[in-house]
Amino acid sequence: MNRLRKILWTLLAALREIFDEAAYQRFLQRASLASSPQAYAEFLREQERISTRPRCC
Amino acid sequence: MKKSLLFLLWIAVALVGMLAVGVVAVRRGEPINAMWLVVGAACCYALGYRFYSKFIAAKMLALDALRATPAERLENGRDYVVTSKWVVFGHHFAAIAGPGPLVGPVLAAQFGYLPGTLWVLAGAVFAGCVQDFVILLFSVRRDGKSLTEMAKTEIGRVGGFVAYAAVMSILVILLAVAALIVVNALKASPWGTFTIAMTIPIALLMGVYLRRIRPGRVLEVSLVGFILVMLAIWGGQWVSEHPPVAGIFTLTAPALALLIIVYGFAASAMPVWLLLAPRDYLSTFVKLGTIALLGVGIVVLHPTLHMPALTRFVDGTGPVFAGKIFPFAFITIACGAISGFHSLISSGTTPKLIARETETRIVGYGAMMAESAVAVMAIIAACVMQPGVYFAINSPAGIVGQAPAAAAATISGWGFPVTAADMQALAHAVGEQTLYNRTGGAPAFAVGMASIFSNSLGGQALMALWYHFAIMFEALFILTVLDAGTRVARFMLQDALAHVYKPLGRTSWYPSILATSALVVAAWGYFLWQGVKDPLGGINSLWPLFGISNQLLATVALCVATTIIVKMHRTKYVLVTLTPLAWLVAITFTASWHKVFDPSPRIGFLAQARQLAAGPTTSETARLIFNNRLDAVVTGILVVMVALVLLESTRQWLEILRGKKESRLSESPFVMTRIAEEGQG
Repeated sequence: MNRLRKILWTLLAALREIFDEAAYQRFLQRASLASSPQAYAEFLREQERISTRPRCC
Repeated sequence: MKKSLLFLLWIAVALVGMLAVGVVAVRRGEPINAMWLVVGAACCYALGYRFYSKFIAAKMLALDALRATPAERLENGRDYVVTSKWVVFGHHFAAIAGPGPLVGPVLAAQFGYLPGTLWVLAGAVFAGCVQDFVILLFSVRRDGKSLTEMAKTEIGRVGGFVAYAAVMSILVILLAVAALIVVNALKASPWGTFTIAMTIPIALLMGVYLRRIRPGRVLEVSLVGFILVMLAIWGGQWVSEHPPVAGIFTLTAPALALLIIVYGFAASAMPVWLLLAPRDYLSTFVKLGTIALLGVGIVVLHPTLHMPALTRFVDGTGPVFAGKIFPFAFITIACGAISGFHSLISSGTTPKLIARETETRIVGYGAMMAESAVAVMAIIAACVMQPGVYFAINSPAGIVGQAPAAAAATISGWGFPVTAADMQALAHAVGEQTLYNRTGGAPAFAVGMASIFSNSLGGQALMALWYHFAIMFEALFILTVLDAGTRVARFMLQDALAHVYKPLGRTSWYPSILATSALVVAAWGYFLWQGVKDPLGGINSLWPLFGISNQLLATVALCVATTIIVKMHRTKYVLVTLTPLAWLVAITFTASWHKVFDPSPRIGFLAQARQLAAGPTTSETARLIFNNRLDAVVTGILVVMVALVLLESTRQWLEILRGKKESRLSESPFVMTRIAEEGQG
C-alpha cells in the first residue's frame, strides 16, 4: 500500500513538474507572494525569460 | 543465493529476447503476432539498460554520486532546481517525445516490419540512448551548458558555429515537414480540420482561464481542455455530415498550408501565455495519455502484423519514399533510434534539474528507451494494416494515379491486393471521403491506431471517432512542435542578430519580434509550400532532408562527446561513442550523396531537376527545378559543415593522443554534495 502511495505521489509530482505547477509554487514561495493573476503573469514572464521550451520532433 | 537467482533471471531475459528477436528476424511468409516485437523490445531494453548503460556509467563516465550537480550548487528555484529522478524522467520524456517516433517508423514500414524494428532496437541501445546519456552528463558537469556552447569550448569556434547552423537548419526543415504532415492529414477532411481548428479557441480559453480565473491550475485546465477537445471531435462528426458546414472546413492542401503559415507567425508573435503555453499543456496531456493507452491496447489486443518482414521495396523503388534500406531506412527513422535534436533537450532544461550524477543514467538512457518503445508501437500500428491498404494511403498520386481504380490496380500489381471497394469502405468507416494519397505517415498511423483501439474499446461503431481522435492527437502535438519550434528559432535568430544591431536581440521589442518571426516562418513556409506543390507528395524529398539534418546534428553531438572522452583520458572506451558516430557518418554522408547526385530522378535532386529541364518548360517546372537545386545546395552545405566539425574533432583527438596538445576540460570544479547520502538509500 505504501509503495502504491509512493508511486502515485511520484506520478503526481512528475505531472505537476511537467505542467509547471511545481515551478509556479516555487516562484510564489521565492517571491513571498500569494497566488493571483498578477503573480501568475509575473511567473509567466520569468518562465519566458529562462526557458524557450524546445519540443523534440 | 540472491546473486545466483539474479544471474539466472538475466540469462532467462537474454534467452527470451533472443527467441523473440529471432522469430521477428527469421519468420517469413506468414503473419506474426505483435507480441513478438513487444517481448523482443522489452528484453533488449532491459539488457541494454542493466548491462550496457551500467558499463558506460561505471567505466567510461565514472559517475560520481558525491559530486554536487548544478541543480544543487546553483539552486535558485527557477531553472536550477534539485528534482526527484522520476519527476525529471517524466519531464525529459515529455520534451523528447514528439511526432518523429510515430511518423518515421510508419514511413519506413514500406520496407516491411523487420528493418525498422532492428534499427529501432539496435539504434536506441547502442546509439540514441548513449548520445542522450553522455550529453546529459557532460552538460551536468558544465553547469547545464547547451550543446552549441559545449561544441564551442571543446572543439572550437568551428564546432560552435556549425552546431548553431545545424540547429537552425534542422528547425526550419523540421517545421516544414511537421506542417506538411498536418496538411496531408487534414486536406479534404472537414471532420479533422474542424477538430484541429477548435483547438485554437480552446487553447485561448485555457490561457485566459489560467491567467485570470484560476492562476497556475494547469492540470485542472488541461483536463477541461481535454474534455472540450473530445467535444470538438464529436462536433466534427456533425460538421462532416452537414454539407453546408462541411464545405467551409473542406480545404485544399495549399489553403491549409497558408493557414498554418499564418498560425505559425501568430503563435510566435503572440504572448506565450495566450496560445503557446496552454496548447503545449493540452498537447502534453493528450500525448502522454494516448501513448499509455496505445501501449495498453497493443498488449491487451496483441494484434497480428499483416505487413511482411521484408517487402519488394527493399530494392529502393518504394512509393512512400525512394531509396534502398541502406542508407534510407536509417535516416527515415531518426527519433526512436537516434535523434540529434535530443542532444538539445539533454543540454537544455534537464541537466539543471538532476539531483545526482548517477541519475543521468535513468533520465538520459532510460527516457530514450521509452521513446524507442513508442517507435515500436508505431511500427506495430502501421503493420497491423493490410499492406495494400498501407500503400494506398501512403502512396502519392504522382506514382499510383489519382483515380481509385487505377491506384488499387497499381498497388495490387505490386503484390499487395487492395480494391477500390475496400478503400471506399475503410474511408467510410473512419468518416472520410477518401484515404488515397494521404502521404506523410500520420493518416496511416491513425488508421492503425483506430483499428487497435476500436478492437479493444467500442468496436467498429467507434472506428471513425478513434481515427479522428488519433488525427487530433498527432496534429495537436505536431502543431505544438511548430509553434514552440518557431519561437525557439526566433530566439536563436534574435541572439545572432544582436551582434549586428543590439536592439534586435531584445525578445520583448515588437519590431524585432515581428521581423524575426516573419523571417523564420518565411523559411519553413517556403519549404512547406514546396512540399505541398510537389507532384511526388513532398514527403519524398522533405522527410529525407529532415532525417539527414537531424542525424547530422547527432553527428555533431557525438563529435563533442568523443572529444570530451578523449580529453578525459578514457580513450580505451572511446568506441562507445565512436562506433555510433562512424555509423552516422556513413549513413548521413551516403544518404546526402544519393539525395544530391543519384541518377534516379525519384532519389537525386539534381537528376530530378535535369529530368524536368528536359521536358516542356512552364513556370511550374521552372519553380520545381529551382526547388530541387535548392534542396541539393542545402544538403551539400549541411554535409560540408559537419565534415568540418568532424575534421576539427579528429585533429584534436590526434593531437591529444600524440601528446602535442594539452587536454584541457572545461568542467566545473568538484564540490562535495550535501544530498548524496540521503539519496543513496
